Amino acid sequence: MYLQIMSQIKQKVMVGDWQTGFHLPSIREMASVTGVSVITVKRAYSELEHEGVIITQQGRGSFIAESESIRSDLQFSELDEKLKKVVFKARQLGLSDDETKERMNQVLLNTTGNEQ
Amino acid sequence: MNELAIHLENVSKHFNYFDLNSVNLTLPKGQIMGFVGANGAGKSTTIRIIMGLMQADSGNATVLGQEMPKYQTQIKHNVGYSSEEMKLYGGKNLGWHMAFIKSIYPGWDDIYAKELLQRFDLNLEQKIKQFSKGQHIKAQLLLVLARKPKLLVLDEPTTGLDPVARQEVNNELALILKDEERTVLFSSHNTSDVEKISDQITFIDRGAIIDTNDKETFLENWRRIQVELPSTHPMVPMGNIVQIEQDGRLASVISNQFCPSILEAYQQQNIKVLAVENMTLEEIFLANVNHRRQAQTIGAK
Repeated sequence: MYLQIMSQIKQKVMVGDWQTGFHLPSIREMASVTGVSVITVKRAYSELEHEGVIITQQGRGSFIAESESIRSDLQFSELDEKLKKVVFKARQLGLSDDETKERMNQVLLNTTGNEQ
Repeated sequence: MNELAIHLENVSKHFNYFDLNSVNLTLPKGQIMGFVGANGAGKSTTIRIIMGLMQADSGNATVLGQEMPKYQTQIKHNVGYSSEEMKLYGGKNLGWHMAFIKSIYPGWDDIYAKELLQRFDLNLEQKIKQFSKGQHIKAQLLLVLARKPKLLVLDEPTTGLDPVARQEVNNELALILKDEERTVLFSSHNTSDVEKISDQITFIDRGAIIDTNDKETFLENWRRIQVELPSTHPMVPMGNIVQIEQDGRLASVISNQFCPSILEAYQQQNIKVLAVENMTLEEIFLANVNHRRQAQTIGAK
């Protein structure tokens, strides 16, 4: 469940609603607003801190990390996560990494800009 | 200073057709506990003992540092209790009830009561007997919430509510999260209500606590693993497995103590891991109950 809170916060950063230096709601406020338990929000905040997305200062609260590229960093790491799943699936099917790359090339060639 | 809001130690209670077996339960102050069990599992009996409405045959019950039921009158100011069985006076309106409760409990908060009245969409003048079931439940909750008790004990607060009213009540419970001084124990057989706002989860079945932990640990420990087996032979359980459902070469395995090393062990046995899935609290509860009940049946044979 803390993963959901983490991804919601990351989404906020990725769309630019919460910019670098933004002061996050306190754990209790966040819990109350989202209707999710304090323990879950605590966990989400500490994982986000671990990942370097937010910084917590004793007594002052939590802030979105001061990094110029935080938005794109998050966007790329989200993409990488999806690619990892593809790699996992491909290896499961017994494809060599080269074969996977070849298939990826085919998909890239066959995908026009408008498809979703 | 005692930091536990509720502390039950080996509490047992015997009835003709039901036994509460050596229940242990601890709830630290400021936390929210979801108390989950099927109908007739022992939720209400446990809650009645906590409230001092029933005396246990053996064991100790302590609430806000006071022994129960001996000091039940002393803690009444600080404890709010609501249950389906409680009835309001049908011939009086909600306004009368609010004035009545206010005259007894000094902690009554008029402003909060007005807000609740609005958010729950209740009418002060309407007689209680004209209330729908949902309005009746919401009126009861209003009366107990507006007292701002340190400990709230809610027996099935959302049972019998339509989705709109349930959301209103859940939103109200979520607002309590803001206040770190307030402790809530609420029972429910609706796991999705419990899943979001609880810090602690306790499962009860057939009069015994079958599992208790903080919610994130629960969600972390329980996983469903989808695997592809090398043959159609029945899969041999290994690790902390509580359930295996196998159909041909595909199997779905549930672990209550998941750790990644089990995946390596599978690979060594030529078992292909297709997916590792998180489970909802409802799935965890069901797997937990089935597992314990099976163990009981085997033990009884």
